[in-house]
Amino acid sequence: MEVDYSGDVMTLNMGPQHPSTHGVLRLELKTDGEIVADAIPHIGYLHRCFEKHVENVDYPAVVPYTDRMDYCAAMNMELGYVLAVEKLMGIQVNNRVRCIRIIMAELDRIASHLIAAGTYGNDIGSFTPFLWCFRDRETILDLFEETCGARLLYNYNWIGGLMYDLKPGFEKRLIEFIDYFEPQVDKLNTLLSDNYIFIKRTAAVGILSPETAISYGVTGPNLRGSGVKFDVRKDEPYLGYQDIDFEIPVGKGEYGPLGSCWDRYMVRIREVKESCKIIRQAVAQLTPGDVHESIPKRVKPPAGDIYMRTECPRGELGYYIVSDGSLKPYRLKVKSPCFTVMSAFREVSRGTMISDVVAILGSFDIVLGEIDR
Amino acid sequence: MESIARLLQFIPRYDALPGIVRALLPVLVSCVVIFAALAIAVLFAVWLERKVSAHIQDRLGPMYVGGWHGWAQTLADALKLLLKEDIVPASADRLLYKMAPFIVFLGAFAAFVVVPFGASSFVSDLNIGVLYIVAVGSLSVIGIIMAGWASNNKYSLYGGMRAAAQIISYEIPSTIAIMTVIIPVGSLSMVDIVNAQKGGIQHWFLFRNPFIFLAFIVYFIASLAEVNRTPFDIPEAESELVAGYHTEYSGMRFAFFFLAEYANMFLVASVATTLFLGGWTQIIPASIVPQLVPGPILFFLKVLVIIFLQMWLRWSLPRLRVDQLMYLSWKVLLPISLVLVLSVGWLAVYW
Amino acid sequence: MLNYFKNLGLGSVTVLKSMGVAWRHLFTRSVTLQYPTEKWTMPERSRARLFNKIEDCIGCGQCVRACPTNCITIKTEKRGKDEPEIFASDGTAIKLRTLTYDIDMALCCYCGLCTFSCPTHCLTMTGEYEYSVYDKDEHIYHFAEDKLATSKAPKEKVEIA
Repeated sequence: MEVDYSGDVMTLNMGPQHPSTHGVLRLELKTDGEIVADAIPHIGYLHRCFEKHVENVDYPAVVPYTDRMDYCAAMNMELGYVLAVEKLMGIQVNNRVRCIRIIMAELDRIASHLIAAGTYGNDIGSFTPFLWCFRDRETILDLFEETCGARLLYNYNWIGGLMYDLKPGFEKRLIEFIDYFEPQVDKLNTLLSDNYIFIKRTAAVGILSPETAISYGVTGPNLRGSGVKFDVRKDEPYLGYQDIDFEIPVGKGEYGPLGSCWDRYMVRIREVKESCKIIRQAVAQLTPGDVHESIPKRVKPPAGDIYMRTECPRGELGYYIVSDGSLKPYRLKVKSPCFTVMSAFREVSRGTMISDVVAILGSFDIVLGEIDR
Repeated sequence: MESIARLLQFIPRYDALPGIVRALLPVLVSCVVIFAALAIAVLFAVWLERKVSAHIQDRLGPMYVGGWHGWAQTLADALKLLLKEDIVPASADRLLYKMAPFIVFLGAFAAFVVVPFGASSFVSDLNIGVLYIVAVGSLSVIGIIMAGWASNNKYSLYGGMRAAAQIISYEIPSTIAIMTVIIPVGSLSMVDIVNAQKGGIQHWFLFRNPFIFLAFIVYFIASLAEVNRTPFDIPEAESELVAGYHTEYSGMRFAFFFLAEYANMFLVASVATTLFLGGWTQIIPASIVPQLVPGPILFFLKVLVIIFLQMWLRWSLPRLRVDQLMYLSWKVLLPISLVLVLSVGWLAVYW
Repeated sequence: MLNYFKNLGLGSVTVLKSMGVAWRHLFTRSVTLQYPTEKWTMPERSRARLFNKIEDCIGCGQCVRACPTNCITIKTEKRGKDEPEIFASDGTAIKLRTLTYDIDMALCCYCGLCTFSCPTHCLTMTGEYEYSVYDKDEHIYHFAEDKLATSKAPKEKVEIA
C-alpha cells in the first residue's frame, strides 16, 4: 500500500518496554491514523557480547553461554554447538546418547512452541490459552528438572555425551505425559486456532510470500508457513533423523492468502504433534549404554573451521567455529534464525494496522536473546 | 426515594429546616445510598472476576487476604491505590486530566436513578426512564476522550479515539434493541416495563417471542462494547497500547476509572435485567408462591448471572480489531436490530 | 450475500464452542501450589545453592578452571613437611592448606561444571533456593575455615527430604 510520508504521519514508539514485543525490542512506527506507514525495528538492547565472551573460556564451558541465547529452547542451542564441535573433532556418540538428545530436543521444541502459542494468544487478546500452555509446559520442565537439575538453562548436552543419564522410570513418565498432552492440543485448537475472531485477526494479515521469505533467508516455521517445504532435519539430517518417520507441516492458506500469520501459527501447532510422534519413536529406539563414554578428557579440536546447522524451534540455527588448535575457540559465530526473520518484518508490516503489527510480531515468534546474543 | 423521605421525617425538628433543604436532603441521601451500594457491588464484582478468571485458567486466584478465598483482596487493592503517589504528567492538560475520571464515573452513576431494584425501591420513576438511561450513559465517552487527550501521550490518544468510535457506534444497535421491548409495553418508564413482566417466567420479555430473544443477544453484545470488555476492549488493549486511555493515571484516579468500568458493567446488566429478565419479579408466578425473597435480592441475583456471562466471554475470546469492530456494529448488529424492531412492530399490530 | 450469513453462522458457532471449552475448565482442578505454605520437593539432582565441605577440599583449583564466569577464588599455601598428614574422607592426601576459598554466588551461573571437575566431590550443588540477602556482598561465600562463621555460606549440606 502506497502511503504518502508528507501527510500527518505520527511517530509512535513501541518502546523497549512493552507488554508484547517478546523481549526488549524497539519498534519505531510511523503511523497515519491506524495505518502503519513504516515499522523500523531497533535491536541491541539485549546484546551481551556472547561471541566475544566465548573466546575466553574452554570449549566445554561455552555450553552454559549457548543456553542463554535462546532461553526458551536451550536444549536446541546446546545441541547445535555440541554437534559442531563433535564434527570438528570427529567424535562419534553411542546410540543412547543420540536417542536421548533427540528426545530432549523435541521436548524442548514442544515447550518452545507452547510459549509461542500462549504468548500469541495473549497478544491477540485471549488470555486463557497462555495459562493452559504453561501448565503443560510445567510438566515438561519437571521432566527436565529431574534429569539434569535445571528448569530453563540446562547445560545438559556436553561435547561427546550428556551431563547425566536418564533417571529410572523417565521413559514411562514421558510416555504418560505425551499421552495426556496430545488431546490438550485439540482443546487448544477449539479455544484459539479455530475461533472465528482469531482467524479474522490473523488469517489475512502479515502475508509473507514464499519468494520474499526465501530472498530474505527466512527459515523454520516462518518459511514453512509460506508453503515452502524446507526443514534441516529432513534435508540435511543429523543425529539419525533420517531413520525417524515424521511429516513436515506446511502452511496451506486454508483461511486466507498463503503465508499469513495464521499459517505460521498453525505450522507450530502441527509441529508439536509431529514432535510427539518423534519422541515416541526415539523412546522405542533407546538402548542401554553409558552416556559419559565418549566425553574427551580435554577438548582440543584440531585447527580448522566448521559450519554446522540444526533445526531449532525458530528456524535454522548455524554455528561457525574457527579453531586454532588450542583449548579455547578462536572465533565462534552464530547464525540466528530470529535475526533473519526480523529483517523481513519491515516489509511485511507496511500498510497494516497497529493491531496487525502486534499480530505479525507474535507470529514470527522471536526471542531477543537470540537476535542480540 | 419516598421511603427515604418518610424516614427523614423522624429527624427531630425536621419541619423547622428551610424548604429547600427538605427538598434536597432525600436526594442527597439517596445518592449516598446508591454510591455505597455500588461501591460494595463493585468490590464484589472485582473479586468475582478474579476468581472466575482464575478457575477458567486452572489456577486459584486470591486466597490469602481476609481468610476465606481472599474476599478482602479488592479492599486491600483499593487501600493500596489510595496510598500511591498522585502523579499528574508535567505537560498534561491539568483541568481535563483531573476531571476525566469523574465524568466517566458520572455517566454510569447518574443512570442508576431510574433503575427499579424492587417494587418500591427506586430513586425516581421518570416517565422517560429508558431515554434518560441511554442519554446519560453516553456521557462517559466525553470522559474517555478527555482522559486520552489530556494525558499528552500518544498511546492514550489512540485509546481515547478508539473508545470514542467504538462507543458511539454501538449505542445505535443497543438503543434499537431496547426499542423492541418498548413496543409491547407502550411506555418508556422502567417501572412500567417491570410491571408488564409480572406473573412468572413466561411473561418475561426474553421468552415472550423469539424476536425479543434475539434483541436480547444484540443488546448484550452491544452493551459489551459500551463497557469496553473483551472482545471489544480495544481502547484498553493491554498488549497493544500498554493501557490505552488510562496509561498515565495512577493511584486513586486509576481506581476511579476501574470503579467506573465496573459500575458501567452493573448498569448495563441492570438495564438488561429490567428490560428482558423481569427485573425484581419472580420466576414462579406470585399467585402460586408468594414472594419470599425480597425484590432487590432477586434483582441482584439476575444481575449477577449477566455479569458472570460477561466475565465468561472475556476470558474465552480474543479481541476484535478496530475495523472488524466497526464492521460488526454497522453491518451486522444494526441491520439485525432494525429487522427485529420491524418484526416486533408487525407482531404487535397484527396479533 | 450468502457469504455474509455463512460467516455470521461460523462466527457464532466457533464462539460458542470456545465458550464451552472455557466453561468445562471452570470445574477442573487447579494446579496452583500455594507457596509458602506448600513447597515443591526439589529433585535429587537440583542445581541450586553451592556447598563446599572444606574438610575434604585439597585445593587443586580444578573448579576455578572449569567455571565459565570466574566466580571461584582460591588461595593456598603448601603445608610444611613437619605438619601431620591429613587426608580427605575418600583417602586423598591433602598437601595444600586452603587459605581462601570464595564463591561469589551473584556471579555463579548454576551450570554445575565445577561440581563435576572436583576430584574429591567436596563441592556439590544442593536444592536450597531460599537464600536471598539484602546486601550483594553477602553473596560472596567464604568457605575457608576461619571465615566460615561470619559468612552467609552454608555450614552444612541440607539434604533434600
